[in-house]
Amino acid sequence: MSRRAKIACYAVMVVLAVPFVFPTWWMITASLLPANEVLAYPPKLFPNQPQWENYKAAFTDFPLAQQYFNSLYIAVLVTLGTMFFSSLAGYAFARIRFRGEKVFGLILIGLMVPSEVTIIPLFRVVDDLGLTNTHWPLIVVPIFGAPSVLATFVMRQFFITIPGELEEAGRLDGLSRFGLYRRVAMPIAKPALAAVAIFTFLNTWNFFLEPLVYLTDKSMFTLPVALTQYVDVYGGHLWNVQLAAATTTVVPVLIVFIIAQRQFVEGLAQSGLKG
Amino acid sequence: MTLTSKKREELAGWIFIAPQALGFLAFVVAPLAAVVWYSFQDVNLLAGTSTFAGADNYAKLFDDPTAPKVARATAIFCVGLVVLNLALALSLALLLNLKLRGTTVFRTVFFSPVVVTLVAWTIVWNFLLQDNGGINALLQAIGVDGPNWLRGNGTAMLSVIVVQVLKNVGLNMVLFLAALQGIPTSIMEASQLDGAGPWRRFRSVILPMISPTTLLTAIITVAGALQVFAQIQVLTLGGPADSTNVLVFYFYQQAFANHDLGYGAALAVVLFLVILVLTLLQWRMRRRWVFHES
Repeated sequence: MSRRAKIACYAVMVVLAVPFVFPTWWMITASLLPANEVLAYPPKLFPNQPQWENYKAAFTDFPLAQQYFNSLYIAVLVTLGTMFFSSLAGYAFARIRFRGEKVFGLILIGLMVPSEVTIIPLFRVVDDLGLTNTHWPLIVVPIFGAPSVLATFVMRQFFITIPGELEEAGRLDGLSRFGLYRRVAMPIAKPALAAVAIFTFLNTWNFFLEPLVYLTDKSMFTLPVALTQYVDVYGGHLWNVQLAAATTTVVPVLIVFIIAQRQFVEGLAQSGLKG
Repeated sequence: MTLTSKKREELAGWIFIAPQALGFLAFVVAPLAAVVWYSFQDVNLLAGTSTFAGADNYAKLFDDPTAPKVARATAIFCVGLVVLNLALALSLALLLNLKLRGTTVFRTVFFSPVVVTLVAWTIVWNFLLQDNGGINALLQAIGVDGPNWLRGNGTAMLSVIVVQVLKNVGLNMVLFLAALQGIPTSIMEASQLDGAGPWRRFRSVILPMISPTTLLTAIITVAGALQVFAQIQVLTLGGPADSTNVLVFYFYQQAFANHDLGYGAALAVVLFLVILVLTLLQWRMRRRWVFHES
């Protein structure tokens, strides 16, 4: 490629990068501005005197720490649960010859059932059981319901590629089916498990409709719903405090992503492609 | 050791899938059947009664003056989002596939919104798209008087689409990138020897070779577009004049704000049918345009 074409390509990429980077940049900047400068003209692209009080307000005027904990523990539990149960089912569908194999095609219907479709009956049952305003439906339904189907699918597609000889060797060592799953299949399934972990965590972290429907107390909220609550008593927007709270939900995930971006990008690309 | 190995395998298989299979019955199959049942009921939450309503809830779809607006908003949003998302994703992937130095940095940049909390991303854009917000401030700096993006009749839909495309285009981009890298170099070289120019190569070699990925991304993106909810809730609340009132948002309003569970259930059934039909349609059409079916 000629030098000029290369420069043109870089220029296009830099221009295209602006709307991807700029919002996050401005979120952090505006989260450090005093309230009267947040929407001032000309806009401040860099805070002169960072107002860390905005972050303090986000945590003290609102139960953000509690909500942060809620989101984190729910996402971690759902991710671990999904990794375990989906890998078990995925393993059986891929490696075990049994009549239940036919169930697999049926389960794939779950890929086409968004949570909106099933939430009315689920809400009624959760309500009858007295479990509204608890985290139970946010943890149990995703681990076993429709969101786990994609994970099962990805795990099955991976386990199918394991050479039969590996398991034969394990069998000669006297391993049971569970032993083969645990000692032979799982140790080499790390890339698939990583992909499952990443998309399950992100998905759960972003749940919005479910907490909105099931939860009523602010202290029970998860972050996505909590973030929409930053208004003063008159309903006015507390932009800088809201953006401070938003920043605290974005920066940790972003840092993990930048450190492990290869696993993120390639894991997700592969899990999608193997379909 | 009373079981034969064949029976043991059979048992192990069922035990392995039992948690998932039972969960699937309890949280997918049963609620799916129940939502269809609800859609034929008139549910009164206050009185705690539920009476058979025949097809009333479906008939209401045709009497409800908001329903055509919802259909229109959903269609515009889906088509706009899918076209813009796939076009941008493929363009970005082609740029990254040139393998210039520093490409990894750009790949990280374009992908990064995927890992940003959805509501946080939407809140920032809500802030930027205010009448006196950052976007209009930048426009003012170059002498353009920007519109009130989220309150204007066409601009609200445009804004919601663009915000959502920027959020998720990175995912489709890496899928396309992986597909582009999977094209054997021998094929590219052969077409070059045949004297095919860049455009001809794109049309006759690259597009057919990546068509399985295009199908996959199209199916994922269409299904995702139909489920957009948080963005509408934060950015426009369906307005102005229902121009961004998409199906899932309207469903939520009817079922959980108006507490009309019967009508809400009918809308949920419609949502499921739309996703089902569109997915099957794309899958059937793959023979027409997807190259090397395997």
